[in-house]
Amino acid sequence: MHYTVAPGLYALGTPDETSPVFVTANYKLSFDKLRSALPGRDAWILVLDTKGINVWCAAGKGSFGTQELVRRVAASRLDALVSHRNLILPQLGAPGTAAHAVKKQSGFSVVYGPVRAEDLPAFMDAGMKATPQMRIKDFSIGERAVLIPMELIPSMKWGVILLTATLLIGSFGNPVHGVFAMLMMLFGIMAGAVLTPLLLPWLPGRALSVKAATAGLVASGMLLVSQPVFQTGAVPFAAPLGLLIMATALSAFIGMNFTGATTYTSLSGVRKEMKWAVPVIIGAGVIGLALWIGALAVM
Amino acid sequence: MNRFTYLADVVTLELAPEKCVGCGLCAIVCPHAVLQMNGSRAAIIRRDDCMECGACAMNCPTGAIAVDAGVGCAAGIINAALGRTGADCCCVIEPRTNGDSQSPEKSKGIGCC
Repeated sequence: MHYTVAPGLYALGTPDETSPVFVTANYKLSFDKLRSALPGRDAWILVLDTKGINVWCAAGKGSFGTQELVRRVAASRLDALVSHRNLILPQLGAPGTAAHAVKKQSGFSVVYGPVRAEDLPAFMDAGMKATPQMRIKDFSIGERAVLIPMELIPSMKWGVILLTATLLIGSFGNPVHGVFAMLMMLFGIMAGAVLTPLLLPWLPGRALSVKAATAGLVASGMLLVSQPVFQTGAVPFAAPLGLLIMATALSAFIGMNFTGATTYTSLSGVRKEMKWAVPVIIGAGVIGLALWIGALAVM
Repeated sequence: MNRFTYLADVVTLELAPEKCVGCGLCAIVCPHAVLQMNGSRAAIIRRDDCMECGACAMNCPTGAIAVDAGVGCAAGIINAALGRTGADCCCVIEPRTNGDSQSPEKSKGIGCC
């Protein structure tokens, strides 16, 4: 499936030479969001070729950028079509676009519009002025919730193998323990992929792996204490402890990978986090596995 | 509850105030209000909120701002470490298993968000 729009110039309503020019990416959702944000308005929409990638990601890669914009302005002969010399860009296109260079190379001035397309009518009505709030990229619970499948689906690729393996290995102890071990891993995955995005502001710490480790520890810990078998001493304590450590490490790893989906983590920060988080996660995984396997061996 | 601050004292954002001409574009493009106009010059007011997107430096006409821009993505860093090309967050291109395929499209697999 390709969610792309053909790059080029589009008319919204019946624009004339005084109508504003909005620039967007050729990702269909970006284009549709822009269109639907301007009901009943006449405008030109200049679609850049970003290979079907959204504005922010494309700007980071430079495909939504100065070069492509200047080329597209020239190719669409915009200078003959409109009497003004303004291009309204989404603010999140700024990492790839140098306004001063666009001006120099095309004669058009870049005006950075709001972060969100839905603020465009208010921005236009205020004479192309954004409120401070329009300039902030936040990360609401709704935005975080829609990212859950993006975290869950890739995790499930290897998650299914991991869950099957823990079920089989745990069943050497006894079948009930196999199911329990599998559930512990499932709780770890869910804590990292579902709870961490949802509970992000309330989880302690700043590092994503720390937030996710907390979610994983609490979720799998609650499953653990709900199992009365471990309170009777019938199972060596190392077995549930090992599983608890593994589930926490699992959640931490998935949470660390959530950095790529957030709207606020820096490359330097992620590098710093990974420097200690990766060894700790791997170490915890190995220790947890050793404790669990060791306990199974004596069971 | 919708705004977040990542790790403290880690970002590479630098501002040379003597080069600033006060155009204010950096404060406009920053998605986290890290930069603000302080009279006729820009100032860094929320350094730890910087995500190193590079928008400010890109749009500074006098090169007064420097930042080691990139995408803060663990998967991207892992992909780069594993030698996968196109090692950014969204698009994963597996390393080529044989030498004859030249285009990334022909290589083992591409995962895109």
